[in-house]
Amino acid sequence: MLVLLALPPLVIALGQPFYLDLVRRIMILAIAAVSLNLILGYGGLVSFGHAAYLGIGAYAVGILGFYGVTNGWIQWAVAITASALVALAIGAVSIRTSGIYFIMITLAFTQMLYYLGISIAEFGGDDGMRLNAKSQFAGLVDLNDPVAFYYVVLLLMLLAVFLTYKIVKSRFGMVLRATKSNEARSRAIGFSPYPYRLAAFVIAGAMCGLAGALYANHTNYITPGLMSWQQSGDIMFMVILGGMASTAGPVLGAFALLLVEDLLSGWTQHWQVILGPLLILSVIFFRRGLAGVLYKPDA
Amino acid sequence: MLEVKGLTKTFGALRATDAVDLEVQEGETLAVIGPNGAGKTTLISQLAGNLRPDAGRIRFAGEDITSLSAPQRSRKGLARSFQITSVYPEFSALDNVALAVQAHAGHSFRFWREARSDPALIEPARRMLDDVGLSERTNVLAANLAHGEQRQLEVAMALATRPRLLLLDEPMAGMGIEESQRMIAFLATLKRRQTIVLVEHDMDAVFRLADRIAVLVYGRVIATDSPEKIKMNEEVRRAYLGEDA
Amino acid sequence: MTFALLFEQLLNGLQFGVMLFLMAAGLTLVFGIMNFINLAHGSLYMVGAYLAVAATQWTGSYVLGVVLGLAGTLVVGMIVEVVALRTLYERDHLDQVLATFGLILFFNELVAIIWGRAALFASGPAWLQGQIDLFTGSRYPLYRAAIILVGLVTAIILWYVVTRTRLGMLIRAGASNRTMVAALGVNIRLLYTVVFGFGAALAGLAGLMAGPIYNVQPGMGELILIQVFVVIVIGGIGSIRGALVGAIIVGIADTLGRAFLKPLLGTLISPPAAESAGPALASMLIYLLMAAVLAFRPQGLFPARGG
Repeated sequence: MLVLLALPPLVIALGQPFYLDLVRRIMILAIAAVSLNLILGYGGLVSFGHAAYLGIGAYAVGILGFYGVTNGWIQWAVAITASALVALAIGAVSIRTSGIYFIMITLAFTQMLYYLGISIAEFGGDDGMRLNAKSQFAGLVDLNDPVAFYYVVLLLMLLAVFLTYKIVKSRFGMVLRATKSNEARSRAIGFSPYPYRLAAFVIAGAMCGLAGALYANHTNYITPGLMSWQQSGDIMFMVILGGMASTAGPVLGAFALLLVEDLLSGWTQHWQVILGPLLILSVIFFRRGLAGVLYKPDA
Repeated sequence: MLEVKGLTKTFGALRATDAVDLEVQEGETLAVIGPNGAGKTTLISQLAGNLRPDAGRIRFAGEDITSLSAPQRSRKGLARSFQITSVYPEFSALDNVALAVQAHAGHSFRFWREARSDPALIEPARRMLDDVGLSERTNVLAANLAHGEQRQLEVAMALATRPRLLLLDEPMAGMGIEESQRMIAFLATLKRRQTIVLVEHDMDAVFRLADRIAVLVYGRVIATDSPEKIKMNEEVRRAYLGEDA
Repeated sequence: MTFALLFEQLLNGLQFGVMLFLMAAGLTLVFGIMNFINLAHGSLYMVGAYLAVAATQWTGSYVLGVVLGLAGTLVVGMIVEVVALRTLYERDHLDQVLATFGLILFFNELVAIIWGRAALFASGPAWLQGQIDLFTGSRYPLYRAAIILVGLVTAIILWYVVTRTRLGMLIRAGASNRTMVAALGVNIRLLYTVVFGFGAALAGLAGLMAGPIYNVQPGMGELILIQVFVVIVIGGIGSIRGALVGAIIVGIADTLGRAFLKPLLGTLISPPAAESAGPALASMLIYLLMAAVLAFRPQGLFPARGG
């Protein structure tokens, strides 16, 4: 799997620039998916508002750029921190609830941010805003160079997967997974789920914020649509298609979903009418992706 | 060590727990028996913190714990096993117990070091599994354990939290004769170093393990006494053991 | 700001609230009784709007259009339930969310294929155009007043059904303890289908009434759906009373906020700042309201399941 990722950069860099673009976009969204997997796959929190952090990260870059701050270090640090803070605020309120409430609440808060994005006219409102210049990392790397940018994204994606891997195996990760597996049992042995879930939520938000910053640099254009629930749904699908039981799974899921989307949209502009039922079928029959030989939870 | 006064819990018109008074001394084993529907699990749930009583106080080791949540009570040394097996099915037996150990090994906001290879967690977990007799099955997924083994795992997890008081809710539920005997033997050794509140149907176990017995009928404690006296108590015989006990 | 203006906006808020209620009532029952999270509820709203417009054009009669639109939505709802959703009742919420998300994509695109992406023009019937005189001296669109009336009548009918009929009793029992109702031998599948059908019809009604006021276009359902979620969270899952109270609160708060926050802020802070802060705050208002309610009552105001 990892080999597949390392090879293309070399091959494609010699060939079609389009594929460089495509794979780069997939990898950026894969980072978002990996971050969601932490709270969804391992934590059992069905957060339907994860795209919010893509938007926050992207707008952090855009807004700072708008005001003349193009230093990449500052921009990306703000992207991550802002996402973490918003995740903290949203999580603090939402994680006290569970089940259907939690899903609806996370969706509602994301929508709120979406409307906020639309209504602030200075930053483009509904139409979005253009990025004047990419994040500047003076001396280190020039993001205007497609290949260099590609490698930056690849590196960050691998880092995201690695970090998640460590977290999931640590004591913290075990509590998170235990709470998902059997909450009553966890409380009975002395774990209070709330602080751990909140911490995971914040970490996931921060990681997704970084993905957002990358995305802004990738598309040079930021719209509130990045925070839409459709985007959240897309990320969720990447997670389950790839299999929620592994840290690298979401990467596979991202490739799977986005390549399918790319393929379908090449056939017809109405590709969603095919994708919709495909997704439904995959949920009904393809139960947990490539989840492997793990115990299936009770319905 | 445990003092319960006037514990009451009603569900609509049903008095599941009716002004229950109980006292458990350190080191003793109190068995709670009663016919089905007497409210035994409801009582345990209130003691463990899973259910809020409508009235009454619970004191544990001199401290009023009535308003504490289940995780808080666990951290104070009150451990519980469930009547319907409640373990982590997709984790191995070792992982299950290690988690219980971890819950009492300080906070778990450690993000880097792998938990599964941490001897501070693994060693005590192994010892616990040896104690209950599951040393051969440490790497088996909890879901794949036999029912009796899962019950043993339940007890192991409760023990792994190094409790001062054990609340055991029908530890032998669903076990066959041989497994029950083994569990009783194990509990007999446990008796000597633990304070236990034991809810059980298995009368053999009750009379072998209990220092005192409390009889619960329709949510009320109708008698609390030594096993011999309970055997001879008229009211108890009528309500529970049947005339020909 | 005059009293007449305030009252007019209050009526608008009530009208919006009534529509939210129609959507929320069905959805909250589906959540509460079937423990099923249905994101595609907004699609039924959209289907109702489109079918009514199409039927009206086809038959030339508004009333016939309404009837056909409602019936059509009911049928579509039932088909969806039987074909796609039945298998999902036993699955966890994540699967339900994802599958109904797929449904949304499908319906939005289907509608775009048949009718195109541009907004359709839907006008109410001629006999509902015009205005009525309010006691405040100003005039109010008859159509909107009609919506309020229809909504309140529906609320009363629903109240009657839920509190006075046997079906209603089953619904209330199911909302507070699903497994018990099943254990009592009630035909659960039939109950589910009926409840779902109810919800679909109500959503369709809201959709076809919305046509002339809001845009009839792909994706219209999702815009209102999220506000419906807010209503349900505030009101409490499974509770029709909660849905009504929540809907009125949200409807009025949102409408008044959009109308008056900007000018109100303009008196406190500088007008240019209020120019952007006003609309921004107004659009966030109902979500902040939701957060506030959750802070004190995480289960909502009138949860069906006993506290």
